[in-house]
This record gives sequence, C-alpha cells and structure tokens, in this order.
Amino acid sequence: MDLIRALLIQGLQMAVVLLLAPLLTGFVRKIKARLTRRQGASVIQPYRDLIRLLRKEAVLADNASWLFRVVPYLVFASTWVAAALVPTFGGGLLFSWTADLIAIIALLGFGRFFLALAGMDIGTSFGGIGSSREMMIASLAEPAMLLTVFSLALVAGSTQLSTVAALMSSPEVGLRVSLGMALVALIMVAIAENARIPVDNPATHLELTMVHEAMVLEYSGRHLAMIEFASSLKLVLYLSLIGCIFIPWGIAAPGAGLVDYLIGAVAYVAKIAVGAVLLAVFETSIAKMRVFRVPDFLGAALMLGLLGTLLLFVSRSL
Amino acid sequence: MATIDVSFFLWGVAGLLIVAVAAVALGRSAAASNLVYTATFVLSAAMLVMLGLHLISAPGTVLKTTLPIGLPWIGASFKLDSLSALFLGVVNFGGAMASLYGLGYGRHEEAPHRVLPFFAAFLACMNLVVLADDAFAFLLSWEFMSLASWALVVSHHRSQASLRAGFIYLVMASFGTLSLLLAFGLLAGPAGGYGFDTIRDMPHGPMVVAIVFVLMLLGAGSKAGLVPLHVWLPLAHPAAPSHVSALMSGVMTKVAIYGFIRVVFDLLGEPAWWSSAVLIMLGGITAALGILYALMETDLKRLLACSTIENIGVIFVSLGLALAFRSGGMGLAAALAFTAALFHILNHSVFKSLLFFGAGAVINATGERDMEKLGGLIHRMPYTSFAFLIGCVAISALPPLNGFVSEWLTFQAILQSPELPQWGLKIIVPAVGGLLALSAALAAACFVRAFGITFLGRARSDVAAKAGEVDRFSLLAMFVLAALCLAAGILPGFVIDGLAPVTHAFVGGSLPSQAHLPWLTIAPIAETRSSYNGLLVFLFIAIAGWGAAFAVHNFASRRVRRSAAWDCGFPDPRPQTQYSASSFAQPVRRVFGSLVFRARETVDMPPPGDLRAARLTIEVRDLAWDWIYTPISVGIAFAAVRLNRLQFLTIRQYLSLVFLALVTLLLVLALWT
Amino acid sequence: MTSLSFDIAHLLAGGLVLVSFMMLYQDRLSALINVYALHALVLTLSVAWQAQVQHAPHLYVTAAIALGFKAVVIPLVLHRIVRRLGIHRDIETVVGIGPTMLAGMGLVALSMVVILRITPEADPLAREDLSFALSVLLLGLLVMVTRRNAVSQVIGFMSLENGLILAATGARGMPLVVEISVAFSIVIAFIVIGIFLFRIRERFDTVDVGALDSFRGERR
Repeated sequence: MDLIRALLIQGLQMAVVLLLAPLLTGFVRKIKARLTRRQGASVIQPYRDLIRLLRKEAVLADNASWLFRVVPYLVFASTWVAAALVPTFGGGLLFSWTADLIAIIALLGFGRFFLALAGMDIGTSFGGIGSSREMMIASLAEPAMLLTVFSLALVAGSTQLSTVAALMSSPEVGLRVSLGMALVALIMVAIAENARIPVDNPATHLELTMVHEAMVLEYSGRHLAMIEFASSLKLVLYLSLIGCIFIPWGIAAPGAGLVDYLIGAVAYVAKIAVGAVLLAVFETSIAKMRVFRVPDFLGAALMLGLLGTLLLFVSRSL
Repeated sequence: MATIDVSFFLWGVAGLLIVAVAAVALGRSAAASNLVYTATFVLSAAMLVMLGLHLISAPGTVLKTTLPIGLPWIGASFKLDSLSALFLGVVNFGGAMASLYGLGYGRHEEAPHRVLPFFAAFLACMNLVVLADDAFAFLLSWEFMSLASWALVVSHHRSQASLRAGFIYLVMASFGTLSLLLAFGLLAGPAGGYGFDTIRDMPHGPMVVAIVFVLMLLGAGSKAGLVPLHVWLPLAHPAAPSHVSALMSGVMTKVAIYGFIRVVFDLLGEPAWWSSAVLIMLGGITAALGILYALMETDLKRLLACSTIENIGVIFVSLGLALAFRSGGMGLAAALAFTAALFHILNHSVFKSLLFFGAGAVINATGERDMEKLGGLIHRMPYTSFAFLIGCVAISALPPLNGFVSEWLTFQAILQSPELPQWGLKIIVPAVGGLLALSAALAAACFVRAFGITFLGRARSDVAAKAGEVDRFSLLAMFVLAALCLAAGILPGFVIDGLAPVTHAFVGGSLPSQAHLPWLTIAPIAETRSSYNGLLVFLFIAIAGWGAAFAVHNFASRRVRRSAAWDCGFPDPRPQTQYSASSFAQPVRRVFGSLVFRARETVDMPPPGDLRAARLTIEVRDLAWDWIYTPISVGIAFAAVRLNRLQFLTIRQYLSLVFLALVTLLLVLALWT
Repeated sequence: MTSLSFDIAHLLAGGLVLVSFMMLYQDRLSALINVYALHALVLTLSVAWQAQVQHAPHLYVTAAIALGFKAVVIPLVLHRIVRRLGIHRDIETVVGIGPTMLAGMGLVALSMVVILRITPEADPLAREDLSFALSVLLLGLLVMVTRRNAVSQVIGFMSLENGLILAATGARGMPLVVEISVAFSIVIAFIVIGIFLFRIRERFDTVDVGALDSFRGERR
C-alpha cells in the first residue's frame, strides 16, 4: 500500500513537472509582454507551439548523422529525470535517493554535452559558435553551482535534496549570510543555465548574440519540440530547486495526508508563480551583456559560492 | 586446485621477457607482429585469470617469494598484497587490451622490429614494479620500465619531434629515478635494510619523512605527470604508437601512482599534515591546468595526453584527502577518499585506453592526427565513433558512466573536510573542490571539442572524406573497454566493495558494504547524507528517452525530409567555414588564456585593395617552460661552460682538487654531530 | 547571547564583506559610489545591532555618524565630484576582474586563518567580527591597488576605514573619543584627497594616477 502510494506520488510529480513546464514558459512570456505594454500571446501558447511542432515533418540537413536525431530525446529524457527528482509539492519521493544534488547537476551536464555535440553535427558556423560558447558558460556555471552545493551541504550535512529541504524548513538553521550568498549564486547560475537575459536571450533572432538558440538552429519539427520542451523543463527544475531549498515551507512530509499534499501543491504553484514574475521583472529591467562579460558575471557567482563556504567554516568552528 | 603463488606471476613476466627476446630474433618477418601480440595477449590474460582465481580462492592472503637474483645475499623479493593485486590487474588488463588492439593496429606499423620487443619488455617491467618487495627490485624494474617506454617513444625515430620528445622524456625519467633512489636511500637508513618489510618496521624521524615525501612527489610525480613536472608527457605519450600511448597514459601513470601510494601510505609511516595540503593543492592545480592545456591542443593524441594530466590531478587530490583524513583519525572519510582515488585509477585506465585506441583508429584510417584536418568521421567510421563517444562521455564525468562515479565520490570526500582539525586544510579543500568542478566542466568542453571536431561536421580534408572503418581486433578492444565504462558506471557498488580490502589495509577503514543495498544504490556514508544509483539513472534516461521517441513517432509524426543545411539562410558548402578546433577553444582561451598561458592573438589585416590573406596568429605559452625549465637549462648551460675549464687542468691541479675534496669530506665528518 | 542575535550579527558582518566584493566587481564609477553607500549602510546596521546586543548606547552615535556621513553625505559629494570631473562613465582596472576577485578570496581566507588562529579564546562574536573586519580592510586595500582612478582609490580608502570601525565595535570597550577621532581624521583625509584630486585634474587633465608616475619619469 505504502509502495503504491509512493509510486503514485512519484508518478504524479513526473507528470506535474512535465505538464507545468510549457505553462511556466508561457506565463513568463506573458508577464514580460505585459511589462512592456504588449498584449502578448496566451499563456497556453507554448502548448500549441509544441503540438504544432510535433505534428510537422522533421527537416534534416543532408549530412546529419544518427547522433543528431537521437540527441533531442536524450536531452529531453535527462532533463525530465533530473526535474522529476527535485521535490516539488511533497518530500520523500520514492526515487529521490537515486541521485543527489551533485548527480542532478551532472544529469543536466549530460544533456548539455549532447546538445553541444548536436550543434556541431551539421558543420555550420552558427552551430559551432553556439556550442563553444555554451560550453564556456557551462564551464563557469558548473563550479559555481557546485560551490553553492558545498555551502548547502555544510549547513544541512547532506547533498540529498529531500534531507536538505526537511532541514531547511526546521527553525534550527537560522539566518546565515552564507545561505544568502548561496541563494544569489544559485540564481545567477540559474539565469545562465536557462539562457535568460542578461546572459543569453531566449527570444533573439540576431544570430551573433545568441548562444543556446544558435546551437539548435538546425533543428525543426518534433526534434525542435523536444528541445524546447527540455528547456522549459529546465526552467521548472531550477525554480523548484530554489523553492525547495530556500523556501521549503509547505512541502508535504513523506507519508503525509491528502490535505498536506494539496497544501504542498498550492504552495508549490505559488512559489513557481512568484519566481516567474520575479524572473520576468528582472529580465525586462536589464540589458543583455556582451558574451565576454558573462565570465565576470559567473565568476562573481563562483566567488559568492566560495565566500559562502568560507564564511560557513568560520561560523561553524566557533 | 593448487594454490596460486607469486611465482606464477613471475613465470608470466619471464614469459613476456622471452617474447621480447624472441621478437628481436623474429626481426622484420611478416608474422612477427601477429605472433608477438598474440603471445602478450595470452600471457596478460593468463595472469589476469590467475589473479582472479587467487582473489576468489584466497582473498586477503599475502603471497611472498624471494628469487636468488639481484644483490648477492639479499636476492630479489616479490610480494602480492591487496594493493599489488589491484595494480597487477590494471597492468595486465591494459596489457591484454593493448595487445588485442595491437593485433589489428600493429599491421600498419612501418618498423615493427622497433616496437615489438620493447612492447613485451615494457609489460614485463610494469608487472615487476607492482610485484617488487624490496627497494632494489623496485628501482631496477622502474628504471627498465622507463627505458622500455623510452625506446617505444623514439620508435618512429625519423621525425624530429619524436627524438626531441624522447630526449626530454629520458631526462625527466632519469631525474625521477634519481629522486626515488635518494628516497629509498633515506628510507633504508644507515643500516641499509632494503626490504620493504624492514623499511616499514623502522621508525623514521620527521625530517626524513618530510624529505622522502618531497622526493616521492618529485619521483613518482614526474612519472605520473604532476604539474610542473608534466612537460614531457604531452610530448612523449603521443609520439609512441597508439596502443603504446594507451599503455603509457592509461597504465604507466598508474604504476607511478602505485609507487607513490606504496611509499607514502605504506612504508613512510605518518607524514605531517602539511604534506596532505601540498598534495591536495598540487592535485587541484594539475587538474585545472591539465585540462586547459588539453583545450588548447589541436593534435588529437596530444589532447588525450594532456587530459591524462588532469585525471592524475584528480587522483592526487583524492589521495591527499585520504592522507589528511587518515592523519586526522577519520577512518570512514579516509576510506571514502582512498576509494575515490582507486576508483578513478581504474576508470582512467579504462577510458583513456579506449580514447587512445579510438585516436589510433582515426590515425590508421586517415593518417592524420591534426583535428583541423578531420571531421565527419561518424559517417565513415560508425563503430569507432560510437566507442569513442562512450569514452568521451565517461571521461567528462557525466552520469551514468564510470567517470562520474569516481568524481562524485571525490566530491563526497571533499564534503567531509569541515571535520578536519587543521585550519589550512579547511580553507584549501573547498577551494580545490571548486577547481575540480571547474576542471570537470572544462573536461566536458574539451571532449565536446575532441569528438565534435574529429567525428562530426563535414570532412576538412580528402583523407577524412575517404576514411574507412578499422579492423575487427581494434573494434573488439574498443567495445570491451566501452562496455566496461558502462558496467562500472551503472554497477559501482561492486567495484567499491572490491576495493574495500585495499582501503582497509592502507587507510585503516573501509566503506560499508554497498552491493546489497536495495536497487544497487551506492551510499558511502549514509543514505540520508548522499546516495547515487547509476543503474536507475541509466534506466530512467533510457526509458524516458525511448518512451518519448516511441510516443512522438507513433502519435505525432515520423516523417523526415532531407534538405540542405539551413544555417540561417547562408549555407556555405566549403568545409573551411565550419567551426574549427581553434575557434571552438577561443572562448575558453579568452577567459583563462591570458592568465594561464599568456595567450596573445595578433590579427594581421591587410588594407582594402591588398590581395594578401588576412592572418590571425595565436601564441600560447606554457608557463612551466618559461618559469622553471628555461631558467634551469640556461643555468646548466652556464655551469657547463664554467666547469669546462676543469677539463684542462694540470695533473697537480687535479691532485689538489682530489685532496681538497677529501679534506672537505673529513671536515664534514668531524663537524657532524 | 542568543543564537538569533549572533546569527544577525554574523549576517551583517558577512554582508559587509560581500559588499566589499561587490566593490571589486563594479566597473563604473557611479555604481562604485552607490555600492560604497550600501557598504556604509550595512556598516550602520551592523554597528547599531552591536549597540543593541552589547547595550552600549555610545555605539548608536557611531552608527548615526556612519549613516549620516558615509551613507549619505560622502556619496553625494563623490557623485558631484565625479560629475564635475566628467568621469562618471569610466573606470580603468589595472588587473582584470577575475584575478582581482580571486586575490580577494585569498585575502579573505588569509584573514580568517590568521584571526582564528591567534585568538582562540576570545568571545566568538568578537573573533568573527575581527576576521571579517580584517577581510574588509584587506579588500579595501585591494581596491586601492587595483584601480588607477584616484576617485576609486578614495573609495577603497573609505571602505578600508569601514573595516576599522567594524573591528572597533566588535572589540568591546573602545571609547567613543577614539572612534570620533578616527572618523574625524578620515574626514580630514577625505578633504585633503578631494582637494588633491582637483589639483591633479587641473595640472594633468586626468585623474589617472598613472599620470603622476609619468610626470616623475617613472613610467616606461
């Protein structure tokens, strides 16, 4: 009985992130449009786009290899698995011990690795520029992320997300400047990883300024749909991650009743919505930076992570 | 069944040496290559089987034997304990795979008589190093291992680059052996006990321990490729034939690490805490610099050799952590760090061999090592490219393959560091953790570049466009290694349990048994603390990916149309317009290069109307050369000129020199407390 | 002391270090001045919190001085200077931002190791404050050595002084007289440097201190 319920919750979680992802993207776009005094497309537009793309035939370049056709599914699968392992509305997921936070980051790295390869498969200059810049950004974002994980693990004594979330909601954590630094660093990394302004522009059509979009320039039809889906999932993942670590209130404890789960679901949707609004406001109020300004930006995130870790050492050893 | 003892392995070594002699006799005959590689394969595989039987039938026993050769009255003693067994496995597995690969690859060798004898001898010497149980046998086999590998490096002696690589390698190897010689001399002490047992039981003063530690760092570090002693490695490893490169990068560096572990963890006693800090810092710097060097390389094999430097750095970080935890009395954490190091040693020997084999296959098929002249090989060499891709994912530390598991264990060990008593270590370890994360991410960039430029895109030269798949032996060797990468990645619990006897013997603790955790999860400390399940991650990705593809193909659309590339409306058919290896590295070069390599880009843009081609020149410098080796070589040249005068003295002056030396020595003796 | 009050003190002192880092990161002069105002604001909060915790009313005076002078007056004056000099858009760094931040991390680590090792039996809050204060001080010095613009050097100098104040409030019992005299001498120094700035500007048409070197014939 317990096992069935746990399976059910895990399955529900996987479905929730999957279904919520395009909605979130649409919601952010809508708010951005409203902020710039445009009407904007409907919030369910991403679903329509996905269905339209899925139904179209896929156009492949003449020299596309098998890798090019496999990558969209690999990227989608790895991102989905990663997103399904982050606690959203309830903790203690059945498979949460499959991968801790470090492994979740690495899963995202797996997706990025293959996407960058696909960018180089056709042998165009745009694909190459996208891949090489994406890997450069990732090479700075990943250590920043890991140092953030270090500070969290020092506070929580664990890299297991459900344990971290449970501990963070308990009052014993207290106010810590390192956690604040970790939060800022994590947000900076999330902005870079999700190709948002000011690092990258998800809506650009000026090829030389884009990173992520240049990499997937040759994709069309169902392959493009998979990749778009994966990027929406990634956004959900990062917002859930920030939510479950830094605002863990409302997450239902393992084995809780139906009411708790409902509260958890409402709290989760509220958290995600607030995150999306903040993201949209931030994006509309800032300009995109030059590509070679990004290392400074991410270097700052790296330093924040390291500084947070160092400060924790100090306060812990007193 | 008879119990297995060390002499079986010594017979195997003797067999390899006989093969080496026979190979000299066979000379240039056509069958030589097949015969020799078959023989080395059989011998290595037999030793592997014997090792397996020994580990199953009598686990935990230590075997010893003494041969009446070597120093009179002492003989040469050999021993097989858990650590030797592990490295014996690495050596012979690498040897067997290289021989298997050589069966196919060796046919293309222009001068087999320069390779075959030394190949067998090289394998024999590496076996002897890990079996040796006294300083004399150890040093002798170490030196012969260096010499055999040197002969293999210069086997293509016609190219100037090989000769230069060989010279630098020889100098560094002699320097390393000299350091080891001094280290063992200090360890043996005035009583001159050269057996490892005698050394282990003898108390060593803190000064001796410190000096021996530094000497081992120089001796074993120079062989393994620790920065700044790494300069020979990117020159020498690629100069040898590819299967030998695989052996040198994948196995010989591990033998060097074996020597380091044997002395520092086993014979030396308890080094001071600063030595672990030195080790951790050097390891972190080595990892980051190594992968940055690799990112700057356009030669495929040199790129792989540079990435070896990175992996050696990762291993040394884990070893340093193990040392720190052990001296801090944290048995479990020490076991975790030591397991991470050993796991990474196994992993690296597997995937680095795989990648060198892949590079060798590319060279066989195209005759090109320069990535700027390759491209599009995924169409021409589908199997090779698949195996190479597995190796790339594994070495980039991505789940669900094996490289990630050892990297993950290392990070878990780093997270234990706040409990350490020393302040210096507490601050250094997280910083090095950041460096390791940086090098892991850069490794992913490096291998996206290596695979993307070599195998993807469009062919950049005619040879690449006309390449064909390689022979079956090479493919078999590559696929066995690729399968191992996957197996160790999804079932890491068994590997960790297999390493437990070694960690127990050398750091005095071992991780809880992993294999019977539910679902084959690994949880090194406790499940609430951290856990990872490679099997489920693999299955989840496979099921989700396959399920998505199945659903899309059945319920949405499966139509495909081929057309010209889109490329924003301006597709250029010339392959030169693709991103090249240098252009891929440009962002990283700009971010790190000016600091680490003093990279300079100069653009020579002719004015309008001038028909001259525009040129972009990139200058990348290795600061280790500029700051360490050039001053040393200048100093040596200067000293040589000065000392040259001593060759033209009169007899009386020579006599007075001898006399002065004698008096000085006597004075030292008189003043010595 | 309760754990919450300790946590808040930790938060504020750590925040000061963080703002020092932001100063290293800024590459526009006017943004740098704003960050300096923030620095002073965090200092004010930190000092006020110490006054509350230590029941030391005289620290409120220090906090008020910090708020009035450093968070409001000095930034305003600096903004005016910068606008009058017409350099509010540019800043030159001698070294890149990355290496500077790295060096900053090293300095923070160094100050922590030093303070925590030499004061093993002091009060935890004082230890922590001292280590943060030393970090802020060293970071201020770092700002001074990595910038060539005289105005940003002034800001580095002022942030260094904030570190001194933090140290003073952490070490209980520093008399108000001393603090006021420190503050006063800083103001004097500020005025002197301000005058000096305009003199440099008049003579060399720039506030790049490199110009002084070339005037003395030291530049190659």
